[in-house]
Amino acid sequence: MIAEEVSRVVEKHADRRGALISVLEEVQQKYGYLSPEALQAVAEKSRRSLVDVYSVATFYRAFTLTPRGKHHLCACVGTACHVRGAPNVVQELKTQLQVEPGETTPDREFTFETVNCLGACALGPMVTVDGRYNSNVSTAKVRRILDKARMGTQGEEPASDERNFPITVSCPKCHQSLMDASTPIDGHPSIHLETPMNGSRGWVRLSSLYGSHNCKSQAEIPLDSIAPLHCTHCSEELHGAGLCPECGSPMAVMLIEDAGILQLCTRRGCNGHALDLNEPEIAGRPSTRTAG
Amino acid sequence: MITLKINGLNVTVEEGTTVLEAAKFLGFPIPTLCHMEGLSPYGACRLCVVEIGESPKSRLVSSCTYPAEAGLIVRTSSARVVKARKMVIELLLGTCPQSKVIQDLASEHGVRQQRFRQEHEDCILCGLCVRMCSEQMMAHAIGFRGRGEHRSLGTPFDVKSEVCRLCGGCIYVCPACQLRCTYNQPEKAICGGCGNLEPPCVEKPQFDDMMCYMTPCVACEIKKD
Ligand code: FES
Ligand code: FES
Repeated sequence: MIAEEVSRVVEKHADRRGALISVLEEVQQKYGYLSPEALQAVAEKSRRSLVDVYSVATFYRAFTLTPRGKHHLCACVGTACHVRGAPNVVQELKTQLQVEPGETTPDREFTFETVNCLGACALGPMVTVDGRYNSNVSTAKVRRILDKARMGTQGEEPASDERNFPITVSCPKCHQSLMDASTPIDGHPSIHLETPMNGSRGWVRLSSLYGSHNCKSQAEIPLDSIAPLHCTHCSEELHGAGLCPECGSPMAVMLIEDAGILQLCTRRGCNGHALDLNEPEIAGRPSTRTAG
Repeated sequence: MITLKINGLNVTVEEGTTVLEAAKFLGFPIPTLCHMEGLSPYGACRLCVVEIGESPKSRLVSSCTYPAEAGLIVRTSSARVVKARKMVIELLLGTCPQSKVIQDLASEHGVRQQRFRQEHEDCILCGLCVRMCSEQMMAHAIGFRGRGEHRSLGTPFDVKSEVCRLCGGCIYVCPACQLRCTYNQPEKAICGGCGNLEPPCVEKPQFDDMMCYMTPCVACEIKKD
């Protein structure tokens, strides 16, 4: 399976010389890390020797050969942060997580790394969690940061992010509303859909906040599997046109009330979607086709 | 054809010739370590430094990688070059003092002291074995891994390579020859080709099957902790 995926990626970059880094980046994005099998496959498909692929993969910090944790914790140990007490923070993180920098906790919750500057020296010591910055971190703050991270998106509700806005959608076939106010997600009515699950139909509820990827489902949908989405009223599949701009999986389609079409990727774990708006000024969003 | 001036002598060479080759043609000795005929130039050891250009704008370059240019003025043993060369040797000595090749270089160039902390590294990362393996043996079994401080040499994932034919070419060219000597971890050995050579350290426990060709093996004498 890896081999097929990899050969698809390699072929995509086939016409470019020196595309190895792009290929590895894409493979890593897909699997979260570069497994020995993946590297072997890259070497075979791109007709390079494994040695070369391996040395590139181990050279760049961006590549990791071990699986990463759910959350990525990065403590700055640059000069400015150092004089502001970064070593203590790192020590505290080490004792709390019980791992050394560069390692992942055994429960796969955290990957802990140190970095030499995060570009926010005046606010040091800096610790980023999943790309979000925590400034003036002291040893006392460490526990809180970890707890917040465990709670997801650093405890910050997607709802409080002003870039996210709620949408109301309906089925493109029967035009009935798909909104479900009884089970709110992110504080807004969720989008209620069905998907085949263990032989029968199970429910899926998606956040109606554009920009939030929170969802709930009756049973866990395995990562990377395709979950075709059906309308709860007419049971029709919400067949989208085209494929996901990010991973090439089939898309599901929904109508946004009076505004246009929303397409989203049906692959679990992929956040690809596209928005087709009739009226550009809707909700103050820029017009058509925002992918990503 | 290109004409350049080496130590005051004009020499005409073909385009693409390196300064090192041109100097050799004239008979000026330039010490090298990571350079070997038949392998692509790599420029890792910096032992082959020469001075090019006129002072005060002259600069040091590695002659094994520097292509000859028309009108280039080269000095192969100016005071600056000699000083730099000695420093390189001293640094190499600090990294891998047990290497016979480096010791010889030191004595040849009158390096009598070594002011750096001794590292006893196995490998000076000259890349000779990598190039030997890929360019002459066409095996591509070993390569560099990691970067900076963590740069090391070996097979991917440290497992015995499937493409390695145990030719021993890597040991043959290695100026340190301790990387391939795995002492008491035969399972980690890259090629084991040294097993065909004179076995110097058979008495060592668990070491009947792997040994290096140095007699006696200098690396084995050094206690690793
Ligand atoms: S030194 Fe820490 S952000 Fe620059
Ligand atoms: S011989 Fe030129 S750099 Fe090593």
